[in-house]
Amino acid sequence: MAVLVVADHDNAELKDTTQKTVTAALALSKDVDVLVAGKGIAAVAAQAAKITGVRKVLTAESDALGQHIGEALSALVTPLMANYDDLLTPATTVGKNFAPRVAALLDVAPISEILEVVDADTFVRPIYAGNALETVHSSDAKKIITVRATAFKPAEDGGSAPIEAIDPGPGAPHTRFVSEEIVKSDRPELAGAKIVVSGGRAMGSAEEFHRVIEPLADKLGAAVGASRAAVDAGYAPNDYQVGQTGKVVAPQLYVAIGISGAIQHLAGMKDSKVIVAINKDADAPIFQVADYGLVADYKTAVPELMAALTAAGK
Amino acid sequence: MKVLVPVKRVIDYNVKARVKSDQTGVDLANVKMSMNPFCEIAVEEAVRLQEKGVATEVVAVSIGPIQAQETIRTALAMGAERGILIQTDADPEPLEVAKLLAAVAKAEEPRLILMGKQAIDGDNNAVGQMLSALLGWPQATFASKVEVTGDTVRVTREVDGGLQTLELDLPAVVTADLRLNEPRYASLPNIMKAKRKTIDIKTPDDFGGLGEGHLKVVKVTEPPKRVAGVKVENAAELVAKLKTEAGVI
Repeated sequence: MAVLVVADHDNAELKDTTQKTVTAALALSKDVDVLVAGKGIAAVAAQAAKITGVRKVLTAESDALGQHIGEALSALVTPLMANYDDLLTPATTVGKNFAPRVAALLDVAPISEILEVVDADTFVRPIYAGNALETVHSSDAKKIITVRATAFKPAEDGGSAPIEAIDPGPGAPHTRFVSEEIVKSDRPELAGAKIVVSGGRAMGSAEEFHRVIEPLADKLGAAVGASRAAVDAGYAPNDYQVGQTGKVVAPQLYVAIGISGAIQHLAGMKDSKVIVAINKDADAPIFQVADYGLVADYKTAVPELMAALTAAGK
Repeated sequence: MKVLVPVKRVIDYNVKARVKSDQTGVDLANVKMSMNPFCEIAVEEAVRLQEKGVATEVVAVSIGPIQAQETIRTALAMGAERGILIQTDADPEPLEVAKLLAAVAKAEEPRLILMGKQAIDGDNNAVGQMLSALLGWPQATFASKVEVTGDTVRVTREVDGGLQTLELDLPAVVTADLRLNEPRYASLPNIMKAKRKTIDIKTPDDFGGLGEGHLKVVKVTEPPKRVAGVKVENAAELVAKLKTEAGVI
């Protein structure tokens, strides 16, 4: 009963979604190996080896793996599954891209974005944008699973697993990497941030979004998010979008500013520990999920909030 | 170049899904059904490729009950040429869907399969990837831009943290993300014209049959509800509560 966890990383750093996926994997087996597939990944592998409970770290390096090409990853992972009962990987764009391929090649039904491990064959996952939870039983001998990392606590550091390099596999002969535009930011990453400050359509323009949301986020050491309405209107870039069709976040504190609270947005943030809503419309649906609501125009409320945070030593 | 577009009939995007009291699923009786929004984006992109002269024929395929004909009809009204319905009242799981679509692809021999990245009912986000793996064709998921040049397709993908552009050899599978395009509304003349277009009604057995399925739904439940908290009077009170009561700052 061994489980393979495919690590989430950017070739430089291990993402904490990996530690959270290890927690899910440890609910299935004591024998958890982590595969780090990429390019120039020695530091990532060393981080993975420190995770408590990890038996062994496998590394595989090639250009295609460094570019996270799905075909290259699935061609590497599929034969490895002869040694494992289950594959778990975070439900990131990389994980979602390659895991179903492995499942198809093994004739296994993939199980997407699990929130809970009920037993070795049974899992809970969201359907209908989180408006319903499905408990699903798999009759497959091997399971191919993506994990909604925000639903699991990260496994702690404290281990020292051996690291073993393996063959990178055949690559992706029909897929070529052209380019990449990754947004560089000093702020924490949205998906894993402890605090998220999000702005909505009420901002009215991209300039206003930057002027209002970003300083507040920086004051709180928070990541910046946005509603779909704000993204569609061009106030914020695509990868800021929190919601059903964007990122699912579950920070300690989620601050929604000028966001009405459409179902599609709530699906992406309703598992946050504490939700704060600032909106001038007292009937906005966001207040139905907010722990603390402030009915006010953001134009006056945000400067006051900045001042109150300063006064509180922030 | 022929383009195949799989489309799925799902609960309408604007309808809130309600869990049945016996926990067997989501109540779909008397609920408005529509084409899955990501499938609509895929149809739109295929029709645009046809309008640019890149695609010569756009074929829409659906797997589902007889009412899924309406979904195919929507694709035809948007500009697809003909449709194939694989009629079944079973609700096949993604692996079965991918196998049926692979058999359709072998029969139809498209150069490009354009489809939605996920259906908004099961939210699996898996069929395109599985179809690509079963066919041995390259894939580009989460597409926000698609450009076909000769025997290749260049796809910009929405990935965590930004965008990635890949070039694939055709034939290939591309799955559409939200920002690939804004689907058109079909005009009345085109809706009328679509009524005369052909939909071939087939069965799963025509494409290798439906397997038993590997997954069984044990139950479907409501997610835990959040309860509304308190309203605060001003920013100072908010900061005080976040600091002392919630302990999050």
